[in-house]
Amino acid sequence: MTTGTPPILEIRGLRKKFHDVEILRGIDLLVLPQELVFVIGPSGAGKSTLLRCCNRLEEPSAGSVQVGGVDITARSTDINAMRRQIGMVFQSFNLYPHMTALRNVTLALVKVLRKPRAEAERLGMAALDRVGLANKARSYPGELSGGQQQRVAIARALALEPKVMLFDEPTSALDPELVGSVLNVMRELKRGGMTMLVVSHEMRFARDAADRVIFMDHGLIVEEGPPQRIFSTPSEARTRAFIAELGR
Amino acid sequence: MAMEAWSRFLDTFFNLDVIERYFPAIMKGVVVTIEIAAAVVVTGTLLGLVLAIVRTFRLIPMNALIVVFVDMFRALPPLVLVLLVYFGLPNIGINLPSFAVLWLVLALVLAAFAEEIFWAGILSIPKGQWEAARSTGLGFLGTLAYVVLPQAIRLTVPPLTNRTIAITKNTALGTVIGVGEILNQATTAQSFSGNATPLMMGAIAYMILFIPVVVFGRLLETRFAWRRV
Repeated sequence: MTTGTPPILEIRGLRKKFHDVEILRGIDLLVLPQELVFVIGPSGAGKSTLLRCCNRLEEPSAGSVQVGGVDITARSTDINAMRRQIGMVFQSFNLYPHMTALRNVTLALVKVLRKPRAEAERLGMAALDRVGLANKARSYPGELSGGQQQRVAIARALALEPKVMLFDEPTSALDPELVGSVLNVMRELKRGGMTMLVVSHEMRFARDAADRVIFMDHGLIVEEGPPQRIFSTPSEARTRAFIAELGR
Repeated sequence: MAMEAWSRFLDTFFNLDVIERYFPAIMKGVVVTIEIAAAVVVTGTLLGLVLAIVRTFRLIPMNALIVVFVDMFRALPPLVLVLLVYFGLPNIGINLPSFAVLWLVLALVLAAFAEEIFWAGILSIPKGQWEAARSTGLGFLGTLAYVVLPQAIRLTVPPLTNRTIAITKNTALGTVIGVGEILNQATTAQSFSGNATPLMMGAIAYMILFIPVVVFGRLLETRFAWRRV
C-alpha cells in the first residue's frame, strides 16, 4: 500500500447503537482505490451494519464515513447523490420482481441520472454484458436462477459507475453450484480496478482475490492483514478460533 | 294444479305487462346506479391510495387522524352514515342533494377500506426493495412510485376488487333517501303495480351490472400475477 494515495472510503470512529446495544464500537478503516477488502467475523460481529453505515442505509450514531473525500454523514451532504457513487449488492439480491433484468438496471439511470431511455438501455446492456447476462435482458427476476439474479443486481449497481462497491454476503443465499459464477464476476470487477468492500465467508475467494482481510468481533476490528497471514497465522486467539471453526 | 301454481309464479315475478310498463323506469335506475357506482369507485379508491401514501411519511399526528377516520368508517354501517349525513347536515345549513350524500358516504367508506388495503400492500413489500432502490440514489418518493407502489397495487387488486363490489352494491341504500337508483325505481314500481315483477327486474339488473365486474376482477387477478421469486 502506497501512502499518499487518498482513500476511496475512509471510516473514522464509527459507532452504531440500536436502542441500548452497541453494534459498532469504534471502527477505523481505510479502503484505497482498487483495493478489495474482505470483512469476516462471527454473526453479530457488526459486519453488515458496518457496510450499511457506508451508504447510510443505517444512520451511524457517531463517527464519520467519507467516500471520495466527501463526508456522507454530514447534514449538508446530498445522500442520494452520494449513494449513486456507492454500489451495494445484497444477500437477498433485492431485484425488482415487476421489472425485466434490463429495467432493473436502467431504472436509476433514467430516474436518478436522468439519462435518455436509449442511452440508459445502451449502458444497461453494457452492464449486463459485463456480468455475462446480456441474453437475459428481457427476463424477469422470477425466471432467473439465484446466481443470475445476483449478477443482475451487480449490474444494477455497476451501471451507475460507482466509486466503490459494497457486497453484503453476496453468495450466502446461493446454492453451492451457483456461487462460482458470482465470484467470477467479482473477480472480473477486481481486475477492472473496482474498489470493493466485501462481507463474505468465501475463504477460498478471499485467499486469491482479497488485498486485505479484516476480522471483526463484537463491533470492533480485532485484526487485519493480508489474507495469507490472517488465514494461516492469525495473531489473535479469537481470529484463530473463528478460522478453525470455518475450516471444519 | 301445478300449471296453476306455475302461472301464478310467472304472474308475480315475470308479469309481461308490468315488465313492459316499468322497463324504462328500471333502466333509468340502472343509469343512476352506474353513475353513482363509477363516481364512488374512482373517488373512493383514489382517496384511499392518497391516504395510504400520506401514511408512508409516518407523521404521527397525521397517521393518527387517518387511523381514526379509517376505523370509524369501517366500523359504522353505511346505512347509518347515509341517514346521519342526509338528515343531519341540513341542521347545520348544508343541503346536499341525496345523490351527493350517497356518493359522499360510499366514497368515504370505500376510501377507508381501500386505504387499509393499499397500506397493507405497501407494508408487505420487503424492506430489501426499499433498500435496493435507495442504494441506487433513488429518493423516497421515487422508490415509492417506481418500485413499491407498482408491486403493492398488484397485490391489492383481488381484495380491493372484492371490497369495491361490496361497497358499490350499497348504492341500493340510496333508496331510503330517495335517490332514483335501481332499487328505488323497483320499489316505487312495485307499490304502484302491486306486483313483485319490478323487484325481480331490479335483481336481474343488478346481476347484469355486477357479474361482469366480478369476472373482470378475476381477470385482473390473473393478469396482475407475476412469477415470484
